[in-house]
Amino acid sequence: MLTILFDGVAYGMLLFVLACGLSVTLGLMNFINLAHGAFAMAGGYCTVILVNRVGVPFVLGLPIAFLVTAAIGALLERTLYVHVYGRSHLDQVLFTIGLVFMSVAALDYVMGSSQQFVLIPEALQGQFIVFGVGMSKYRLLIILICGLLTVALQLIIAKTRFGSRLRAAVDDQRVARGLGINVGAVFAITFAFGSGLAGLGGALGAEILGLDPTFPLKYLIYFLIVVTVGGTSSITGPFLASILLGIADVAGKYYAPKLGAFVIYTIMIVVLIWRPQGLFARSAAR
Amino acid sequence: MSAMVPATDGVGAFLARRARWSPLEIAFWVFAFATIWLFPGKHLILTETAILALFALSLDLILGYAGIISLGQAAFFGVAGYFSGLVAKYGIVNEPIIALLLSGLVAAALGFVTSVLVLRGSDLTRLMVTLGVALMLGELANRYSNITGGADGLQGVTIAPIFGVFRFDMFGHTGYVYCLIALFVCFVIVRRIVYSPFGLSLRSLKGNTLRASAIGIPVNRRLVAVYTVSAGIAGIAGALLTQTTAFCSLDVFSLERSADLLLVLIIGGTGYLYGGLIGAVIYKFLQDWIASLTPQYWQFWIGLVLVAIVLVGRERVDGWITALRVAIARLGARLVTRPAALGS
Repeated sequence: MLTILFDGVAYGMLLFVLACGLSVTLGLMNFINLAHGAFAMAGGYCTVILVNRVGVPFVLGLPIAFLVTAAIGALLERTLYVHVYGRSHLDQVLFTIGLVFMSVAALDYVMGSSQQFVLIPEALQGQFIVFGVGMSKYRLLIILICGLLTVALQLIIAKTRFGSRLRAAVDDQRVARGLGINVGAVFAITFAFGSGLAGLGGALGAEILGLDPTFPLKYLIYFLIVVTVGGTSSITGPFLASILLGIADVAGKYYAPKLGAFVIYTIMIVVLIWRPQGLFARSAAR
Repeated sequence: MSAMVPATDGVGAFLARRARWSPLEIAFWVFAFATIWLFPGKHLILTETAILALFALSLDLILGYAGIISLGQAAFFGVAGYFSGLVAKYGIVNEPIIALLLSGLVAAALGFVTSVLVLRGSDLTRLMVTLGVALMLGELANRYSNITGGADGLQGVTIAPIFGVFRFDMFGHTGYVYCLIALFVCFVIVRRIVYSPFGLSLRSLKGNTLRASAIGIPVNRRLVAVYTVSAGIAGIAGALLTQTTAFCSLDVFSLERSADLLLVLIIGGTGYLYGGLIGAVIYKFLQDWIASLTPQYWQFWIGLVLVAIVLVGRERVDGWITALRVAIARLGARLVTRPAALGS
């Protein structure tokens, strides 16, 4: 029971790191980025190549995956995404789905369609037994890293100057612009950072989620659930949503394995009918 | 009619004129039916094209006319596909046409039930909910693999001959004629809907929901109605696929199917009836051609086309198509008026 809870929390943390970039882009520019999973996949593959082929230590592979994905994100944002911000949602959906298809086929071409595994160092394998509860070391690491990241993100957003600019831009873009905040630059940085986080999540999650070229399509729905259920106006909303989703998914798979992801979709639809703005959204209360 | 005020009379006449079949449309359908004899060797791919066209037509009805973005049209396609397959497999309804209509009704019923979900929320919420419904049904089909065959697909389906006479042959001749007729009948129905006052009210609520409700259009009821009809048509398309291939697999519910459908509609242009049909023809030939070049990676090029269309600007692409349509329509009109002028 506690093991399920533990695994669920680890899974949820992972989902949060994967999806929080998406929630910020959605909230900030009202942009539906279905290609977010592609960045996560890029991070995962980056780690696989670095760790398995080049022989970079796993602990060093993670930050590199973050940087590489952030760079890819920044590049794409400046060259392609900027043209699509003002468009209708339909255009955005088409554009990002197109990107997903391209990334899926391109990785299939380069890396092959089989599942990839990251070589995890010996020290991270195995379990701790605490009060009779088995805890995998790797999952503990994930919780640790993701927890630290969450705290750091919360601090950045709540305390720093950049954070207050970001919040201002999310709340009201026009007024923020009027106050002299360079919303475009704020957005570019946030987008790159969010992509980087997704890449890190993909690198960390390669072991748990599995990594093959269909990754962006397989987990797209999970990211979207986190974002729609959690709302886009804060960090805490998506965070709680992803923890809930992680626990629900692990528990669902454990207690009713044949139902698969059915439980989650049902929960999502119910939540969206009940509160179309998301479970923790401020705008629903306004 | 004559008792009405002249203004409404004029409106009625205008609408009737708009709804008239243009020579070009007639030519389109004559050609479509002529393909039965023109390309007898291509009937299999033409069948797929006709089914895709019908499916795209169903999406056009809600996207192009009512403005609902949906990534879950595959839900109806799949449900009706499995329904018609199961019905045929266990010999419950043997006549394919009745089974087809029943499948359409089942899908429409599902559409009616789930239409509640698309009435609320923003574009993103709608997107999520429609996608969620399709994925949920896919999971259900996977879960009850003893009924649906799970990942192996529904096997052992034998479709009885139509009217007990026309057997489905392996070259797809019967199947193609059957699909084409179904497509035509559905098209006529959709065309009638679109040019009716009901269709006009859909357009107005797509343009501005608030104003539409201000002039007395019951927005939610209209959306429910059109969503139900659209689901029914998508269902008929799904049932046609099962009946012509005698097979149904889990990928009928996949996200790719709904996404491809959007692409088809975007290629052809939304909001006019032939968009889906033309888009389906272009898409199928594009897919066939690319797949013959790079069998495994055609998805990449499809993605590239999507990205390119958006970057160039959908309005611009639509603009080209509209310009082309106007030019052709003018040409058609000239061809019609000239003999009349000569006669007088």
